[in-house]
Amino acid sequence: MKYIRQFGIILAVTFVGEVLKYYIPLPIPASIYGLVIMLGLMMTKVVPVKSVKDAGNFLIEIMSLMFIPAGVGLMISWNVISEIWLPLVLIIIITTVVVMVVTGRITQKVILHDNKKDKERVESKEEVR
Amino acid sequence: MKEFIGNSIFFGVGISLLGYEIGLIVKKKWKLAIFNPLLISIIFVIGVLSICNIRYETYEEGAKYLSYLLTPATVCLAIPLYEQIELLKQHKKAIFIGIISGVVTSLFSVLVLCYLFQFTHEQYVTLLPKSITTAIGMDISKELGGIVTITVAVIIITGVLGNMIADTVCKVFRITHPVAKGIAIGTSAHVVGTAKALEMGEIEGAMSSLSIAVAGLLTVIGASIFANFM
Repeated sequence: MKYIRQFGIILAVTFVGEVLKYYIPLPIPASIYGLVIMLGLMMTKVVPVKSVKDAGNFLIEIMSLMFIPAGVGLMISWNVISEIWLPLVLIIIITTVVVMVVTGRITQKVILHDNKKDKERVESKEEVR
Repeated sequence: MKEFIGNSIFFGVGISLLGYEIGLIVKKKWKLAIFNPLLISIIFVIGVLSICNIRYETYEEGAKYLSYLLTPATVCLAIPLYEQIELLKQHKKAIFIGIISGVVTSLFSVLVLCYLFQFTHEQYVTLLPKSITTAIGMDISKELGGIVTITVAVIIITGVLGNMIADTVCKVFRITHPVAKGIAIGTSAHVVGTAKALEMGEIEGAMSSLSIAVAGLLTVIGASIFANFM
C-alpha cells in the first residue's frame, strides 16, 4: 500500500499542475508547475519528503526508458527532416557540445571564485584577531 | 502474428524494455559512450518495427504507457532538488549565471549556424528551443511559427546526444565540480540529459533537474527576442 499511496500523492500534484496549465495561458508545461508545487509542499512540510520518496525515486530511476517511444517516433518524422538532415545534425552536435562546455566552465569558474573570496574573508578576519 | 501484435497493448512496452536491457548489456561489455542504452533501445525498436513491418502507431498503442509516466516523473525531480536545497542556496549566484550564459549561448549558436547554412526564418525558429524540455519547446516553436514535428525531433536527438557525451565532455573540458556538471548537462540536454546526470550522482542530478525548469523558462523569453534577429 505504501507505494500506491505515494504514487497517489505524486499523481495528485501532477493533476494540479495540469489544471494550472489549462487555466494559465503561458507556454509552461504541467510537469514544471507540478515540480514547483511539489518542491513547495516538501519545503513547507505539508508533504514530508519521505511520503513520496520511494515511489518518486523509482520513477526517476526508470526515466530513461520513458524517452524510448519519443525516440522511436523519429522514424515517422524522418520524411520531414530528410532534406536538411546533414546541417541539422551538425547544428545539433555543435550547439549541444558548446552549450555544455560554456555552461559548465562558467558555473565552475564562479563557484571557485566565490570559494576563494570566502577563504580570503575568513583569513582577513583571523588577521584582525 | 502481425494482427496479434497489433492488438496487444503489452508489445510496445515489452519490446522497449527488451531493447533497453540489450543496451545495458552492450554498455557493460564495451564501455564506450556510443553504446548508450537509450540510443541502442531506440535503434533496436526501430529495427524490429521496420523488419516486421509494424506501424509506429501500433507500437505506440502500448508504448504510450511509458510516456504516460513522464509527467509524474518530472514532478518527482523535486525530490533530489529538495534534498540538495542547501547546496542550491550556497551556490545560487554561480548557478544562475551559469544557466543564463548557457541559454544565451544556445540561442546565439543556433542563430550563427542557421545563418551559415542559410536556413529560412521558419527553420530558424524551429531550432531555437532545441536545448530545452519537449513540452516547453513545442509551445515556443508553435508560438514563433516553427515546424513543431521537427522541433520535437531535434529536441530528442539533442537530449540523447547530451546523454551520450556528458561524461566525455566533462572529462575533456575539465568540468569537475558536481554542481557545474549538473548545471551543464541540464541546460544543454534537458530531461534526457538529466537521466544521465542522476546516474552520475545526487548533486549532479539535482542541479540538472533545476536547470530544466530555469533554462526552459528563460528560453521562453530569450527565444521570442532572438526570433527577431533572422
